[in-house]
Amino acid sequence: MTKRRIEPILWLLFSGGGVVAAVFLPILILLFGLAIPLGLLQPDYNHLHAVVSYWLTRLVLLGLIVLMLFHAAHRLRYTLHDGLQLKRLDKPIEVLCYGGALVGSVVTLLIVLSI
Amino acid sequence: MADSIQMRVTRYDPDQDSAPTVATYDVPLRKDWAILDGLNYIKDHVDTSLSYRWSCRMGICGSCGMNVEGQPKLTCATFLTDYAPGPVRVEPLSNFPIVRDLVVDIDDFMEKLPRVKPWIIRDDDVTVIDGEYLQTPTELEEYKQFSNCINCMLCYAACPIYGLEPDFIGPAAIALAERYDLDTRDAGQRERLDVLIEREGVWGCTFVGECTRVCPKHVDPAGAIQRYKLKAAQENVMAFLLPRAAR
Amino acid sequence: MSAPTTYRQPVSRLWWLKKRTYLMFVLRELSSIFVAWFAVFLMIMIFAIGRGEESYRNFMNWAGSPVVIVINVVALAFSILHTVTWFALTPQAMVVRGPGSKQVPAKKEVTVAGRRMTAATVVRVGGRMPSGLVIASQYVGLAVVSAFIVWLVLQ
Repeated sequence: MTKRRIEPILWLLFSGGGVVAAVFLPILILLFGLAIPLGLLQPDYNHLHAVVSYWLTRLVLLGLIVLMLFHAAHRLRYTLHDGLQLKRLDKPIEVLCYGGALVGSVVTLLIVLSI
Repeated sequence: MADSIQMRVTRYDPDQDSAPTVATYDVPLRKDWAILDGLNYIKDHVDTSLSYRWSCRMGICGSCGMNVEGQPKLTCATFLTDYAPGPVRVEPLSNFPIVRDLVVDIDDFMEKLPRVKPWIIRDDDVTVIDGEYLQTPTELEEYKQFSNCINCMLCYAACPIYGLEPDFIGPAAIALAERYDLDTRDAGQRERLDVLIEREGVWGCTFVGECTRVCPKHVDPAGAIQRYKLKAAQENVMAFLLPRAAR
Repeated sequence: MSAPTTYRQPVSRLWWLKKRTYLMFVLRELSSIFVAWFAVFLMIMIFAIGRGEESYRNFMNWAGSPVVIVINVVALAFSILHTVTWFALTPQAMVVRGPGSKQVPAKKEVTVAGRRMTAATVVRVGGRMPSGLVIASQYVGLAVVSAFIVWLVLQ
């Protein structure tokens, strides 16, 4: 029987998040992190609100953010593990990283439901 | 071209030294000489106590792996003139304990390799009389690259994870597991998966990719490991979803 | 006489500075900090949009402040690093097969009613897409998604 482990699931989330971040982040940062705050583009608020509150957008945004959080959590956990090289910190690092992603996911869910 | 090149070689006598030292030797700089030829010159003419491993001197036995200017190389396939005017630093392969001079202790790899069962696993006992297994060139192509491994362990020397995490089963072992998994004559994927799905199996790898870059036989262990992760994840999801009897 | 001692070679804490490829690897891994940063940025932005126009304007004013702009410029650089390295590594990490592949018979171990046995199965062989094609198609996907988002937002 194939053993059941959580590590492969975490890796799948990491991979999914990696794809999503690779495809969506550059344009999202360009638009919402730079162009709009700098005033280069000025989308109409009502239109933005309508787009964001549409059920499909909410679902997609939830998916994107959750996957990206778990992608970052997984990568940071390994970076800290390999970088700090302290076995006794392994469990706290895991709790911090994946716990943080979990908390962020729950908060995102609440936000997405509240729009 | 100059007459000679200086080689700075690690020396370590376990009976006398507490740590390795560096000895310098001038060897002739011949156009066709590899680092290994330089070492042989030192041993033949300068210092017979220098210890190092070598055999075929043509890149197939995997014995002569060492760090040359900090990079894991086969010393029979690395030329002195590439480092002219020198000096060129020759050290034992990184990430392995040093036994003496340039000889490293490879017991760890020897223990890890059989763990992945790098042989054809089948449950039917066919004999020679029954005839050969048939395999098309396309089927051979699937695993051929991974079968080129000469167990030289340059990939272990290059892998920072193996350096930091000695329990990591390592690039060559996983590449060889994949070689057999992809062989259509083999039926042992589950047994290898049970070994590699552990923490010290594939999951320690963070895809640095240096193993593939240093491999002298162009094996691509990094690719094998990532493919293995996907395979392991798929099997694991099935294990969660399917009833006990069918896993 | 005791056994001679092997010498454990120490691994330097600065191992990642020793080779350019190691440095690029560490930078690639650190890009995940900015992935997390922008995921949180998006969360707050969506929340602000949901709260009303004034909330949104306040958020964008904060986002326009010099510190946040600098962080997002760095985030953009790291996100591009992530995209470029991720796309480049995909063909190495997975086998994408095109029309030239075919199915051949093979064997695999299965567990039936708790017993391990060998069963016949099929595997795909051949027809592997060249890596250039795999990488290019990801960039096409990136372009399509980016164009769609721009259109969606700026209508």
